[in-house]
Amino acid sequence: MSSQVVEYPAVWIAGASCSGCSVSLLNSVSPAVKNMLIDPVIPGKHVNLRFHATIMAGQGEPALKVARDTAARWPDEYLLLVEGSVQTAENGLFCIIGELEGEQLTMEDAVVALARSALAVISVGTCASFGGIPSGAPNPSGATSVTEVLRKGWISKPIINVPGCPPHPDWLVGTIAALLLRGLPSPEELDAALRPRAFYGKLIHDNCPRRAYFDTGQFARHTGEPGCLYELGCKGPVTYADCPIRLWNNGVNWCVGAGSPCIGCVEPGFPDRLQPMFGKLDQSALEGFRITVRQA
Amino acid sequence: MPTRITIDPVTRIEGHLMIEAVVDDGVVKEARCSGTLFRGFEILLKGREPRDAQLVTQRVCGVCPIAHAMASALSLDSAFGIAHGIPDNGRIIRNLILGSNFIQSHVLHFYHLAALDYVDITAMADYQGRDPEMNSVREFMARGELGPFVPRYEGDYRFDKATNQGLVRHYLVAFEIRRLAHEMLSLFGGKMPHNCAIVPGGVTEHPTVDKMAGFLWRLNRIRHFIDSVYLPDIVAVARAYPDCLQTGSGPGNYLAYGVFDLGAGSQDHAGGERLHAPGALETMETLKELDTDLITESVKHSWYEGDGELHPSEEETVPNRGKKEGYSWIKSPRYKGEVYEVGPVARMLVSYHAGREQVKRMVDGLLAELRAEPQALNSLLGRHAARALETKLVADKLAEWVLELRPGEPVCAPYDVPEHAEGNGITDAPRGALGHWMRIREGRIERYQLVVPTTWNASPRDDKEQLGPIEQSLIGTRVEDAENPYELVRIVRSFDPCLACAIHVVSTKGRRMGVMRVV
Repeated sequence: MSSQVVEYPAVWIAGASCSGCSVSLLNSVSPAVKNMLIDPVIPGKHVNLRFHATIMAGQGEPALKVARDTAARWPDEYLLLVEGSVQTAENGLFCIIGELEGEQLTMEDAVVALARSALAVISVGTCASFGGIPSGAPNPSGATSVTEVLRKGWISKPIINVPGCPPHPDWLVGTIAALLLRGLPSPEELDAALRPRAFYGKLIHDNCPRRAYFDTGQFARHTGEPGCLYELGCKGPVTYADCPIRLWNNGVNWCVGAGSPCIGCVEPGFPDRLQPMFGKLDQSALEGFRITVRQA
Repeated sequence: MPTRITIDPVTRIEGHLMIEAVVDDGVVKEARCSGTLFRGFEILLKGREPRDAQLVTQRVCGVCPIAHAMASALSLDSAFGIAHGIPDNGRIIRNLILGSNFIQSHVLHFYHLAALDYVDITAMADYQGRDPEMNSVREFMARGELGPFVPRYEGDYRFDKATNQGLVRHYLVAFEIRRLAHEMLSLFGGKMPHNCAIVPGGVTEHPTVDKMAGFLWRLNRIRHFIDSVYLPDIVAVARAYPDCLQTGSGPGNYLAYGVFDLGAGSQDHAGGERLHAPGALETMETLKELDTDLITESVKHSWYEGDGELHPSEEETVPNRGKKEGYSWIKSPRYKGEVYEVGPVARMLVSYHAGREQVKRMVDGLLAELRAEPQALNSLLGRHAARALETKLVADKLAEWVLELRPGEPVCAPYDVPEHAEGNGITDAPRGALGHWMRIREGRIERYQLVVPTTWNASPRDDKEQLGPIEQSLIGTRVEDAENPYELVRIVRSFDPCLACAIHVVSTKGRRMGVMRVV
């Protein structure tokens, strides 16, 4: 029975992160996080999460060696998941992820070393995908995305970005499940920002239950009011995610549902490109989206 | 011969932490605690729209973002001059959101971060019962690829097989319990991690009967878990590991700002009467009124330019990773120049000495059950016990508060964003005392600073070479085997360190912070 289960090794490392992506994964409902860790999440296939500093039993050098040994034991077979952006200022010394054989290992070096022999890399969250909050101006620690670090290191690996601050657990679990079921995504399954179209294919605006208010020019003047939140800074018209139909935390709510504008947290350039968060989108930002703003 | 132990990374905590200890004759003689990630939140907050602070500072920490949302919103309330006008619905919903995350954070900490130091998961290899969840763990063990559960420090698992198996079951159930707490939060907060509903003036979400019922019934299940699983498990660990009630003692000084507003503040000062009292408890005995003017920070051993003990608002802070005496990105906050511990044990003890009846009853009851003296709270297991008691205190209060909501009444006070203003918001996060201070100039954030819980607890030595609380708690600990120093990580984890929060840069110039005026 047990011999029929194939093990898929995975390593999860975190750099300039707040751990919110990991906490969001804990909120997965079906499968639950227990199913992800312990059970064959797809029949006959078990994700063998060998390194994840927030949940693993081990610590110190023996724990870090697990990450290194995974790369040696399963070259080109393991999945690397990265949470948080990668800091490049001061030779990466702004983030040390541990000590290995007397040497301090920077996040930057760890990403390069572990990506080199990985099957593929999943950037979990907006920080790993695009730089995110730590890369906001003036970017004090030189925080950047995994894609950028690998490009500079001349490492060519399949990368899947699963952004969001944090990402919805379904987006990450669904991306992993798709890998187990069908292998690496084809180019057309990802958008230009390397996001799976299955989750990031439609604008928030397209599926928003308040869309009718927008189309008829009924705009809320204060957060918490009924009406479209466009005037209050909603970034739904330029943000690609399925929040309005998927909803969050077991389907109980979402940002706009709670009367608060979308802040565009899944988009490249977050937080600077779409700030201020409560600032109305420039007309120029809407160009290319075929969106016309009416007034009631 | 002295042996140097380096534990890097310390896992099952939030963030990047290194511990170094020198062990001689089996006893820790020296200890260093080092934070190894720097992002610089205060620097990147400068020049942003003030209301963005709530959304940006939450991203300091994905485990306790709500506490930052609260401190930030309180700071904005005071800057906008509306702290006295938060509608009751807004105040209560803020408490429901914050309280839900206290529960989530505490349950996560005990079961998913700390428990593997006491519970032996390998006991599942010969589970013989019929519980399908348990059998799936047995099958996982049989397949042999144990993922995140090995390697580990071996050597001190004291429970019998049946108890271990029961605790593994609780580990799994606790995943659901903490998820339910986030669902409660999201009903009013929009989403989690990183809620969107807490804003200056109150909240954006309205109370409805279905939300109140959904909140209450999830809460009821959680309260049942706290009473019938979490608290008994704490007692079970205390009975099996009685030595843990005597090891890991901190400085014995405790600081709390108080948390969960029970009424409105004054116009420019957030927070009135609070569920948890503010205060500074000296040497576990003498409760003094809190005065935030007595906070200083030292950077002698931190990777920043400068020296001397300065009020946070007076510091020159420039990162310098090459600084010779530096060994951490964390600074050393001190109160009256002394070392203070923050966190659930600090809150429970301050509230106890402030005469909060419910807290007194709970603490006295648990001490009696454990046949322990109050001194035992200043220990690694004392921290876990205080955290568990606080979980119950908060969960029981949430059940009362949710029924105080009035559907149809306002949730948010109107406000204008001023061109020039200063604000401060202090509260307690799950991990301890948290303060935000901000200055607005020309409608933008000119200066923003945070003084957060783990900065207190995980601080390095100060100018007087006084060790930080975690460092102090390690000194004198007996280590059986330098290759398996489980004693040390148990102590460090009892503080529930959050390194993402602890490391940030305080801005360069500013006025002195005002004396905090909470009752």
